[in-house]
Amino acid sequence: MDRFSWSNGLLEINETLVIQQRGVRLYDGDDKAKLDVGVALLSTHRLIWRDVKNHECCIAMPLSQIVFFEEQAAGIGKSAKIVIHLHPVPANKEPGPYQHSKVSYIKLSFKEHGQIEFYRRLTEEMNQKRWESTPVSQPIHTGTGSQAGKTRAVGIVGIERKIEERRKETDKNISEAFEDLSKLMVKVKNAVVFIHFPAKEMVELSRSIANKIKDKQGDITEDETIRFKSYLLSMGIANPVTRETHGSGTHYHMQLAKQLGDMLQAPLEERGGMMALTEVYCLVNRARGMELLSPEDLVNACKMFESLKLPLRLRVFDSGVMVVQLQSHSEEEMIASALDNVSEKGSLTAEEFAKLLGLSVLLSKERLLLAEKMGHLCRDDSVEGLRFYPNLF
Amino acid sequence: MSFEWPWQYNFPPFFTLQPNVDTRQKQLAAWCSLALSYCRHHKLYTLDVMEAQESPVFNNKKIERKLSMEAIQVVFEELRKKGNLEWLDKNKSRCLVMWRRPEEWGKLIYQWVSKNGMVNSVFTLYELSNGDDTEGEEFHGLEDWMLLRSLQALQTEGKAEIITMDDGKGVKFF
Repeated sequence: MDRFSWSNGLLEINETLVIQQRGVRLYDGDDKAKLDVGVALLSTHRLIWRDVKNHECCIAMPLSQIVFFEEQAAGIGKSAKIVIHLHPVPANKEPGPYQHSKVSYIKLSFKEHGQIEFYRRLTEEMNQKRWESTPVSQPIHTGTGSQAGKTRAVGIVGIERKIEERRKETDKNISEAFEDLSKLMVKVKNAVVFIHFPAKEMVELSRSIANKIKDKQGDITEDETIRFKSYLLSMGIANPVTRETHGSGTHYHMQLAKQLGDMLQAPLEERGGMMALTEVYCLVNRARGMELLSPEDLVNACKMFESLKLPLRLRVFDSGVMVVQLQSHSEEEMIASALDNVSEKGSLTAEEFAKLLGLSVLLSKERLLLAEKMGHLCRDDSVEGLRFYPNLF
Repeated sequence: MSFEWPWQYNFPPFFTLQPNVDTRQKQLAAWCSLALSYCRHHKLYTLDVMEAQESPVFNNKKIERKLSMEAIQVVFEELRKKGNLEWLDKNKSRCLVMWRRPEEWGKLIYQWVSKNGMVNSVFTLYELSNGDDTEGEEFHGLEDWMLLRSLQALQTEGKAEIITMDDGKGVKFF
């Protein structure tokens, strides 16, 4: 509670109100604060609380002060709460209702509900960190002072701080590791095992790594950069759909299909709009880490693409090979591109075609066979293997 | 005059039986015409399937492709359907190739006869196929069985009658 300062309750110039909720009581740690029930306001920069009767009584705290927060469900005779863990008090903090408090967390108790939406908006703000991009005219003091890391702490805060430190170390490691790319691979793997980055942060991280690699180029080819980027991007789904979270049966498969739709879009575009189901299976399970998916569940989820109107489709070739493809990925285009490539080279085997398009041999063969079926190509089956020619007959 | 190969002959897929129905039809049509024109150029009337596989028609040494036995059978069967081929045995190992059907031959012979004003005269079969008068005509050197067939075709049209003579057969044109 000692992180709060007195405030006039007015928003600064660049500050915007995000949400406000009546009937919120503050807790200093596990104890009720000596303040009454009031209104909790969340702005882009601060968490503000105002007494419901006495409007003069208003306190605020910068969002940068927050380490992390969690929900606490309601119980019998107990309102739902949000527990907010805080950084240590900054040195130049303005005075507030509490001079000193023993614990470094507060609770917001929602007497009149609304905690779900409040929690959601708080999460959003904490992810966007808008207070960083648009600083208010009057500087708001942050808690991450120089002495922050040196303070000894035990319990949850200690763990949090360790996580924070480890994250910083990872950052440092990444920079270091550019001396040796293979070392980096090992380190990144560790980072994934130990730290659960929010998905967005992960993407940013991988992007910055990819950029750094690009700068270094020289001995690293474009191809490797892309592969490395996709390696990073394909890591970690923040909250995978599991049987535990969504039950079993149709609902589970539907949710799974939606998640697949989100995560497969980018890899599919990079691979020319089509991936073999086996490839999808590997990619998805690598991303899910511990919550592995069974092949049946994957197939069932893929079968839902169409009914859910997702931009993906499961396609079964005549040979029984199953692929996931983008809906925009039309058959005519596929055949036309196959014909173009074959005409250009005179003749192609499935292997050569695969190399040309960066596809798997299996898929490139399916495309050639499809074009043959439509009468655009013809085959030469000799001891040298199966070659496809433009259909000149 | 050397035989002129069609463009397909140097196109490797020509030697693989195409799975696509439409493509296969065009391919077979090309094979039929190649086989017939080759036989016609070399005046071949009978073919042995085993030998045919080694003959240049079905074996292009330049591009190292040859038509498989099954494919040759398919081509021959196609020719048979069109009336250009007849099997000589049940095993389908030897066949008669009629790059011109008997009726067509008959027509040619009759044209020659009427052109030379020899309607109503009698010829021996030998005279027709090997006589000095027919030298330079397309049916010169026609094999006996083929000649007889074409004359039979003419006979059904009422343009000729085959007569048996002491030392063979003869024909009278009307």
